[in-house]
Amino acid sequence: MMERLRRAALPLIALMLLLASCGGGTRESAGKGASASDVPAYGDAIVEGSIGDVSGFLTAVTTDASSHEAAGYVFNGLVRYDKNLKLEGELAGSWEVSPDGKRITFHLRKGVKWHDGAPFTSEDVMFTYRRMIDPRTPTAYGEDFKQVKRASAPDPHTFTVEYARPFAPALASWGMHVLPKHLLEQYSDISKSPLNKKPVGTGPYRFIEWKTGEKVVFDASPDYFEGKPYIARVITRVIPDQATMFLELKTGGVDIMTLTPPQYVRQTETADFRKSFNKYKYTASGYTYLGFRLSHPWFREKRVRQAIAHAADKKALIDGVLLGLGQEATGPYKPGTWAHNPNVRKYPHDPERARALLAEAGWKEKGKDGILKKDGQRFEFTVLTNAGNEARAKTAAILQQNLAEVGIAMKIRTVEWAAFINEFIDKRKFDAVILGWNITPDPDQFDIWHSSKTGPKELNHVGFANTDVDRLLDEGRGTFDLEKRKKAYFRIQEILAEEQPYVFLFVPEALPVVHHRFRGIVPAPAGITYNFVKWYVPEALRKHQVQP
Amino acid sequence: MLRYISRRLLLTIPLLVGISLVSFLMMHMAPGGPIGAGTDLNPKATAESRARLKAYYGLDRPLHVQYGRWLGRMATLDFGDSFSPDGRPVVEKIRERIPITLTINVLSMGLIFLVAIPVGVYSAVRKGSLFDRISTVAVFTGFAIPTFWLALLMMILFGVKLGWLPISGISSLDHESLGTLGKIADRGRHLVLPVLLAGFGGLAGMSRYTRSNMLEVIRQDYVATARAKGLPERTVVFRHAMRNALLPVITILGLSVPDLLGGSVIFETIFAIPGMGQLFYQGVMSRDYPLIMGILTIGAFLTLLGNLLADVGYALADPRIRQG
Repeated sequence: MMERLRRAALPLIALMLLLASCGGGTRESAGKGASASDVPAYGDAIVEGSIGDVSGFLTAVTTDASSHEAAGYVFNGLVRYDKNLKLEGELAGSWEVSPDGKRITFHLRKGVKWHDGAPFTSEDVMFTYRRMIDPRTPTAYGEDFKQVKRASAPDPHTFTVEYARPFAPALASWGMHVLPKHLLEQYSDISKSPLNKKPVGTGPYRFIEWKTGEKVVFDASPDYFEGKPYIARVITRVIPDQATMFLELKTGGVDIMTLTPPQYVRQTETADFRKSFNKYKYTASGYTYLGFRLSHPWFREKRVRQAIAHAADKKALIDGVLLGLGQEATGPYKPGTWAHNPNVRKYPHDPERARALLAEAGWKEKGKDGILKKDGQRFEFTVLTNAGNEARAKTAAILQQNLAEVGIAMKIRTVEWAAFINEFIDKRKFDAVILGWNITPDPDQFDIWHSSKTGPKELNHVGFANTDVDRLLDEGRGTFDLEKRKKAYFRIQEILAEEQPYVFLFVPEALPVVHHRFRGIVPAPAGITYNFVKWYVPEALRKHQVQP
Repeated sequence: MLRYISRRLLLTIPLLVGISLVSFLMMHMAPGGPIGAGTDLNPKATAESRARLKAYYGLDRPLHVQYGRWLGRMATLDFGDSFSPDGRPVVEKIRERIPITLTINVLSMGLIFLVAIPVGVYSAVRKGSLFDRISTVAVFTGFAIPTFWLALLMMILFGVKLGWLPISGISSLDHESLGTLGKIADRGRHLVLPVLLAGFGGLAGMSRYTRSNMLEVIRQDYVATARAKGLPERTVVFRHAMRNALLPVITILGLSVPDLLGGSVIFETIFAIPGMGQLFYQGVMSRDYPLIMGILTIGAFLTLLGNLLADVGYALADPRIRQG
């Protein structure tokens, strides 16, 4: 149950998103250092903890993170994001975009085989594309593929798509897992095919078994096109409770998981733990914000929004909510990535400045209770957030205090997710909300900021409308030229920082932990799992004997 | 008797239909729907793809048509396919969850009876004694203590500190490679903590119930008579008093029938047990209508069946009711 801004359905990328990172990322505890026996070896198994079960392996029809992660072991897309979150070829060895930006030609890798031995060809890509636009496929991701005007497979190793106009995010959409035509052809509805339960792909791991609610097992594929992965077996265990998973980690039942900030800061700082595990830390691909309904008479006024931005103590939020494991957000992009503009207007915690701005906006009078008044109305509003998200509840509590300092009474209401979305967000029945977005590698955020996207069920729920931003969003997605895109998105961030339709609060850190016997982990902006196939366990440290 | 049973069985049909109708309406009144989980706040999901998904699951039809279809399928005992992306039959999903839930519930219920009845009887016989007071405190502690917290403490003690028992799950990773005995032992070790915990929480009700029944029976004239006849205290307590005091247990047993298949979300989540509780919880959270309806119907049926069994059992055991 997570909200998402563009779910990148890329193989292994889905996994990376969870542990995603920026600006290098760091390894916290040293574990055992490199030794003479530290040479790559084939073998051993890694046990992952996952809070959710897989709901199916065909990512075209699933939408949950657990399913996308599991499928990432088995399937590949034409493209994927590399360790620096730049697109690179996967099943497509290379691609070119025509000068007018309307046609993309993918040159597929030769010699790639499906796990059952059948060759992978452009026919499979064509088949996948057709199924994505087929009304009988229950997919939520069809839209990108409907933009394709014409698709063709002139030879077994070339696949070409044409668009009506240049559309930069289209390239990333070809990270969609390619499906085996020869195994799926006979099923009109791919979600009901056996492959959704027993996948056959081209990826680094072959599917072995799925025990629902319990575990999924994969074994290394000896003829993976990037070379056989060192780790012979991957076992994903379903452990719905974070505290239980942590106990399993400590007793060796799990080798890799994501820690919560309290676990990271308080429960893993023992000598024993440091000896057995390596902790990592990166900027996560997501941010939390306070969003205003901009049609609200008070929030329509820019100075009020800016005042609230000055009133919010982001440092206290990061310390209180994330135990310091995060950074201030200044806009909707991930710090350290190419689209992120570090030089936008910032709003340091400054209650004085906030009060001055509010006074300028007409909030001068103060009631006996210390709450500001204007035309006889008290400055009191309700912030909504979804129940069950502890970080957001804490954020709300701290903001409440911050705002009280400048004379604004903020009430907090938490609502169950489905009711929150359907009854409040979709119907625009809110004053302000605390929510979060995932940040995808492609910076196109048309759906969130464009003034045409304010309809029911659309994502510009705050009702932001700015003609400059509208134009820049069109520019940014209408060209493949990175410099031009960068310019457009930098300007958008300047406008958003000035306008403050959201008060951008913080970007948390992702906190993965891995058992020390796993080597070859090199933190990068994309996280740690981008090079999973290169991870290994030195022979002397091998824990599990895996019989294929 | 047979006529009575068949009449009661026939009566369950309209009752089941009524229950399912109410459940169905409640379910649809809850905000959100099955396609929300995948399409809410998902920029890739357009109005058109939403409409397409709705049609795919038949959610575009009027409610009474949807209910009619469901009822029609149920008439042939077809529970339909789950709305989750794997689209597997609801029956299959329920079937694979039943063994583990049933095992834990039967074992913990056995444990409850084994411990609670003697404790209750003894407390009643020695009312006000030290044992009575200690056991009262103990069972109520079990009743009041938050399961998830106690579970974590036990996991830390037996799993982490002592290393005697596995922490979670229902089998070890090398389960498949073990022999038959090894498999049973492995499964057993995984079940110890969940069964103990489920049992501990349930002791209070049963032992208090036994105690108060026993207290009432012990005051009866026929117990005084038995004592006056000079029967040994053992015989008085176990033969004359306890057997009568335990009659209402039949009712409790009957009412427990639906519980046998209803798992607890909380400790199934804590112990990572893929049981009915988690299945139902996930079904509700993702608004998987066929799955929710399937589990509710089974639950309703078992409840009605349990009531019937209790009534029949009671009549068989207690002549006063049979004649009355």
